[in-house]
Amino acid sequence: MTKNIMIVGVGGQGSLLASKLLGQILLSEGYDVKVSEVHGMSQRGGSVVTYVRFGEKVYSPIIDKGEADYIVSFELLEAARYMEYLKPGGHIVVNTQQIDPMPVITGAASYPTDLIEKMEQGGAVVNAMDALSIATEAGSSKAVNIALMGRLSKLFDFSEQAWMDALEACVPPKFLELNKKAFALGRAE
Amino acid sequence: MKQLMLGNKAVARGLYEAGCCVASSYPGTPSTEITEEAAKYNEIYCEWAPNEKVAMEVAFGAAMAGKRSFCGMKHVGLNVACDPLFTASYTGINAGMVIVVADDAGMHSSQNEQDSRHHAIASKIPMLEPSDSAEALAYTKLAYELSEEYDTPVILKMCTRVAHSQSIVEVGERQEYSKPYVKNISKYVMTPANAIRRHPLVEERTRKLIEYAETNEINRVEMGSTKLGIITSSTCYQYAKEVFGEDASVLKLGMINPLPVKLILDFAAKVDQLVVIEELDPIIETHCKQLGLTVTGKDVLPITGEFSQNLIAEKLGQEAKPSCHLDEQLPMRPPAMCSGCPHRGLFYTLKKNNCTVLGDIGCYTLGAAPPLNSIEMTLCMGASVSATHGFNKALGAEAEKKTVAVIGDSTFMHSGMTGLANIAYNQSNSTVIIVDNSITGMTGHQQNPTTGYNIKGDPAGKIDLEALCRAMGFDRVRIVDPYNLKECDTVLKEELAANEPSVIISRRPCVLLKYVKTNPALKVDTDKCRGCQACMRLGCPSISFRDGKAKIDNTLCVGCGVCQQLCAFGALQ
Repeated sequence: MTKNIMIVGVGGQGSLLASKLLGQILLSEGYDVKVSEVHGMSQRGGSVVTYVRFGEKVYSPIIDKGEADYIVSFELLEAARYMEYLKPGGHIVVNTQQIDPMPVITGAASYPTDLIEKMEQGGAVVNAMDALSIATEAGSSKAVNIALMGRLSKLFDFSEQAWMDALEACVPPKFLELNKKAFALGRAE
Repeated sequence: MKQLMLGNKAVARGLYEAGCCVASSYPGTPSTEITEEAAKYNEIYCEWAPNEKVAMEVAFGAAMAGKRSFCGMKHVGLNVACDPLFTASYTGINAGMVIVVADDAGMHSSQNEQDSRHHAIASKIPMLEPSDSAEALAYTKLAYELSEEYDTPVILKMCTRVAHSQSIVEVGERQEYSKPYVKNISKYVMTPANAIRRHPLVEERTRKLIEYAETNEINRVEMGSTKLGIITSSTCYQYAKEVFGEDASVLKLGMINPLPVKLILDFAAKVDQLVVIEELDPIIETHCKQLGLTVTGKDVLPITGEFSQNLIAEKLGQEAKPSCHLDEQLPMRPPAMCSGCPHRGLFYTLKKNNCTVLGDIGCYTLGAAPPLNSIEMTLCMGASVSATHGFNKALGAEAEKKTVAVIGDSTFMHSGMTGLANIAYNQSNSTVIIVDNSITGMTGHQQNPTTGYNIKGDPAGKIDLEALCRAMGFDRVRIVDPYNLKECDTVLKEELAANEPSVIISRRPCVLLKYVKTNPALKVDTDKCRGCQACMRLGCPSISFRDGKAKIDNTLCVGCGVCQQLCAFGALQ
């Protein structure tokens, strides 16, 4: 049975490293894996989505509506945006950080309120955390991605060592300690 | 060893293993990473060419010389390269030549969603179409073998979902390959007398390639239930397998031009109902109908946009999957110019002066989006310059006083120069603004002829834009810093008023370049902020409006200082 993880956020938030980490650990656990990314225009501060699929044999590289088992969101509004992709009862791991999109900046729209409650009412199991504070505590606001991966890791049976090995394979040595710390803090949430 | 590999990287690996020696490309999403990855192999000479036509001609020259060669581009880039493409079909090659074209159904990062299979058919060049990374690697190597066996360039067609998906591959070793160059005027000099003898050879080649298509392993039948037969290729094969599994038989076409005849007829005879699943135009479907087959295709499946497993399932009669839902209208999050983007100050100035802006292809196309809303046209690479000339010729002096072309440094080198030559020659009083951010930005930072560095980041030739424009006959060439709003405004007004054509170079490196030093984030002095929202008119992602005051996101702000110039109260420090 193919399992599906979506990573969503705002262009520039570091979803590529998060998907690389997932790809690495899933491959090392012996799964067939496909990871689908978005490049180009939409990276410029737009809404971005990465699909990670794993199982015995994976065909499609993308995740469609009603198929995601997990959504990891780097930003609150973006989690809400992809709700329809989540299976009923699926998990959302979400950073509570809010980044105003351009229609909010220009005053054409306002940032929605009470999104976590609304997502729960919509059928999702929501795991919310302030990943920006955790990343900052670990040493860099840029480690939001790995802090969220730490939180996601609690929903999987893989050993902590396997995650650490995958981190070592994906992160340059210079940033390894920082990311290990962010991962551990996220996992402890 | 098994590894996860991006489709584009797998093509690059295929180039390496096939012994490719020369690669020349122009960046374009979703094709760019192929050449970037190929450049990491020292065995392959790689370069960014000024445009796709040049790239294809470089690859042609290398293949003619006897080395396996490559050029890569996005779908619209193939339009630019069609001139050499159609005649290279006649000349054929010496060592193998592989062209990658990457289509972008759904237009994730493109101005149209043309179907490049038409180009293969029209130019009579064989086209292979992989459906994942392992096939991307294998088909790249196969393409070289076919190229040499059938004496033709071969096109490998990628699409966004194959190019930008990672799947498992196993890599192999490199095999060197070369052939001697032999002078052969009747083959390579396409005068009418020679070309007229080459065309029948092209037709004969296509006939032989159809025979190949009937029996080769990349056109394969996977029998399941015979109630439904699916003919498909590329990423649609993956969607079809996902939806139907063993509940359908599948004819998967790895070679999309030319298409087989007997293979399709035999497959059709084995199944009760035939469906063609292909994105964009009905090319396989039309072929099947020409063979007299009854097929379901574009009568049910859309001709526009990307497909997905759900789309195919629902169009072919399955029920939608249950899902979570949210009953709330959410604000969109369109792409926007980055915090500190040097283009922002320029577009603010153009808007303030109520200019008519004809734009071009690049990050600065975002100047069309709210709140700057400046650009009124974006067509294709280079069109800003030529179309501004046409616009001004049509409307005369009144238009010339307020119309500008805006084009990036890389796009200018690609095909803006010829339009500029036309302005100089045919004399419109046009104003052309080159937004020089010292990189090819939108595709993710590729070097170009104006940056002084090559694809590997080593020092290279550097074209001097000012000298180039002056040499073309422009006496008025001005340089402005787009972070300096006053300077931008003054120079723009002067050049629009001048009674001769002019070029303004708006110069500042892309803020995302590693060598660019940024400043600490600005802060809002809430005592001084009157909530006038003048700073909000820039559309900077760092600035929001909370509780009646401006607020700066210190994780995004790079302290460019443009907003400070708009604050009459000194509230932004």
